[in-house]
Amino acid sequence: MSSMDLRLDTSGDYYARKFQPTKREDTLILNMGPQHPSTHGVLRILLEIEGEYILRADPVLGYVHRMHEKMGEVMSYPQYYPNPPRTDYLHALAWNWAHVAAVERLMGIEVPERAEYIRVITCELNRITSHLLWWGAYLLDLGAFTPIMYSFDDRERIQDILQRITGSRLTYCYYRFGGVSDDIDDRFVEDTRRHCAVMKERFKMFKSLVTDNFILRKRVEEIGEIPLETCRKYGATGPVLRGSGKAYDVRRAEPYSVYDRFDFNIPAYDTCDAMGRYLVRMDEMQESIKIIEQALDTLPEGDYIHPKAPKRPKPPVGDIYFALEGARGKIGIHLVSDGGKSPYRIKLRAPGYSNLSLFSEVAQGTLISDAVSILGSLDLVIPEIDR
Amino acid sequence: MIEAIEAIPAQFIVIFVGFLAILAFVGLNAVLLVYLERKIAGFIHRRPGPYEVGPHGILQPIADGLKLVGKQIFTPTGADSYLFWLAPMISIAPALVCFIAIPFGPHLQIINTNVGLILILAFTGINVLALCIAGWTSQNKYSLLGAARDISQSVAYEIPLLITVLSVVFMTGTFNLFDIAAGQGAWPWQWYIVYQPLAFVLFFICVLAETNRAPFDLPEAESELTAGFHTEYSGMGFAMFFLAEYAYMVVASCIVAILFLGGFQGPIAPGVWWFLAKVYIVLLVMIWIRWTFPRVRFDQLLNICWKWLIPLAVLNLLITLAVIAL
Amino acid sequence: MIKTLRETIGGLWSLLVGMKITAINFKSPEITVHYPRQVVPDLEGFRGHIELVPKEDDPFKSKCTACSNCVRICPTSCISMKAAKPKKKEAPAAEAEGSQEPAAKKPKAKPEPVLFELNFNYCSLCGLCVQSCPTNALRFSDDVYLAGFTRQEFVFDLLARLQNQAQKKEQ
Repeated sequence: MSSMDLRLDTSGDYYARKFQPTKREDTLILNMGPQHPSTHGVLRILLEIEGEYILRADPVLGYVHRMHEKMGEVMSYPQYYPNPPRTDYLHALAWNWAHVAAVERLMGIEVPERAEYIRVITCELNRITSHLLWWGAYLLDLGAFTPIMYSFDDRERIQDILQRITGSRLTYCYYRFGGVSDDIDDRFVEDTRRHCAVMKERFKMFKSLVTDNFILRKRVEEIGEIPLETCRKYGATGPVLRGSGKAYDVRRAEPYSVYDRFDFNIPAYDTCDAMGRYLVRMDEMQESIKIIEQALDTLPEGDYIHPKAPKRPKPPVGDIYFALEGARGKIGIHLVSDGGKSPYRIKLRAPGYSNLSLFSEVAQGTLISDAVSILGSLDLVIPEIDR
Repeated sequence: MIEAIEAIPAQFIVIFVGFLAILAFVGLNAVLLVYLERKIAGFIHRRPGPYEVGPHGILQPIADGLKLVGKQIFTPTGADSYLFWLAPMISIAPALVCFIAIPFGPHLQIINTNVGLILILAFTGINVLALCIAGWTSQNKYSLLGAARDISQSVAYEIPLLITVLSVVFMTGTFNLFDIAAGQGAWPWQWYIVYQPLAFVLFFICVLAETNRAPFDLPEAESELTAGFHTEYSGMGFAMFFLAEYAYMVVASCIVAILFLGGFQGPIAPGVWWFLAKVYIVLLVMIWIRWTFPRVRFDQLLNICWKWLIPLAVLNLLITLAVIAL
Repeated sequence: MIKTLRETIGGLWSLLVGMKITAINFKSPEITVHYPRQVVPDLEGFRGHIELVPKEDDPFKSKCTACSNCVRICPTSCISMKAAKPKKKEAPAAEAEGSQEPAAKKPKAKPEPVLFELNFNYCSLCGLCVQSCPTNALRFSDDVYLAGFTRQEFVFDLLARLQNQAQKKEQ
């Protein structure tokens, strides 16, 4: 924010100038971000406000564009392993999985059953950490400091569990073409089981501390209503779509891996508001725990990576689109191969991009505080959107 | 020389010495409260809180203070620098005056005035002006929004605050804080909180809102307005706002303690210690609340005031009057 | 009206419940680690930067056969290696020790690295180099508390590191 007279200032950047022309003179143009506590990093939103009411909102993207798609074209298939997890660092394993599975499907690599189970378990653990972080950060946006500390407690413990087998705590690079890089051991199984039991108790505490809290309910109920039609229009997926009443989950709609063997619910709330999205995520964590426990009970023996998995794959000419359910929605990878050692083109579908697109429509006419609440309820990870 | 000193009325000397004592008291309180706030937040979060500077981090607030003193004084471009730097001073000065009328103990009060309560309520109102000036002169839209929020919040919450105070005043028939405290007994069941429980709750909520404490910390809501009215302040400017905020918290807790918790009265030996203990219990509850709840929204805040607090306060006043009349 | 009242009273009750939970947590013991005085006990699985694994019989020599698989697979090209046949390099050292040994080794001379540098600034810790190594000559170090002031400090000469480790072990 340079000066009060941004309106008369012609020196602003492209987006500011483009946003500027307006018929009204009694409004304020406010730059929320790229450095703002509630835009979580580097999202910039141009707001035209009248008092505290938002007349127009326009997200500006691209502050953390790292050319992940282009990098895919110049790197060989295995070299691209570390990249997809770095787009969405909160649910890194889902991206890792999307990339690995796309290549596997294109080449017809068989994945041993045990590896599939390990993938399900670790991916669901990662989903819980992602939702826990969202939960803490969302409440931070709403002004409550304490919950993020409690959610980090549990999150760190899950990361400890994952660190032992994946070697990382955040940007996992664990799945390989044809399996996973390391086998899980008894201690992992035991730790996970124990932590699942702990989490069930913690969810009760989270519920009575936060979900039932009167002030919180007033901040999220009937705020940021996204009709199903709007979700369809913008291609919103994940908890945003399920919070609008459509129980669409890639794990159930187009079952990949071994998800069809587990019994879990797809939580959906037709209130369409921030509370709906909040509850979807809170329920999803519990469903994830259910999946993990079932997978641990039925964990088969066998290889953790296919013994004949190619070290340097060269997929045949062709293309493949593979989608799976990430913590933020449908993660898709479109991969085109020209038969070479690196892809001809790789396209990443980031669910956050579609979910953010809703924002300008939904934020119109709301208060700044509500805009913060809506933005938080979309659970955006900006590096994923910018890629 | 001695004659010259003798010529000064004793009252002035008392005020002068008292003022110095107040400065020390406010400073010490701020240091202690910063430490307590961070330590309590730490324990609620199940972490140690400040731990590195001094044993158990006792010297942390002093280190923070030194850091703030050492920082560059920075005025934003285009800001009216006189008003910009006047604002923190306007914020802190009335807070100091408020302590003059507070009876800390049976014999420890700088001025025993009949309008003590009015004096405090009047001077705390000046703080709004300071925040308004700070927000306006900062040349920052977030500051401006913060100031706008603060004005509507403070103005709205003065009303239920005054009405609840009135219901106690009608019971005691005096604005003299010493008399109000002295009118209550030594034991908890003789305090006005028992006679006026609703007034106590209402007053406490109003105090939270007036001192901009969570969950009513909208003027500085950092997830919405970065830091609200003090976004552009650094160094001592920020430190003075900070000091003022804690000073107002202490003043407000003193009033709560005097009006509802018996002031310096207490079992066995009434005195300063009872008063300070009560003030700190109120402060601890304020800190506890801050680290538990999310922030309310701006329109909800005003709705609470106009739709709940004011009608309830009026109702409480009417009941009080009816009981007194009977 | 009654509904609003009931909702409000329920809401106020929920606030008290919240305060009770924070009070319970206030009394509970800390869960954090006082870092400089305590350290995290269990770091199993931690992946630091890579280092060379010494041969079982000779801790000064690495298992590396300079196949440069790791150099090729590294997504960020942060490993640089120069390979050489051992006879050239070992000749002066061998003279000092005695002339018998090099003569015995010469026939089965395998290439070995004379320079093995890791530019940790660019490493993304994916572990592909470790997995691609045919002789298991690479492993992850476990130095969690790695820190430095300049970029140069993170360009590691892994052969020198191996020598240091071997010397420390001997002492």
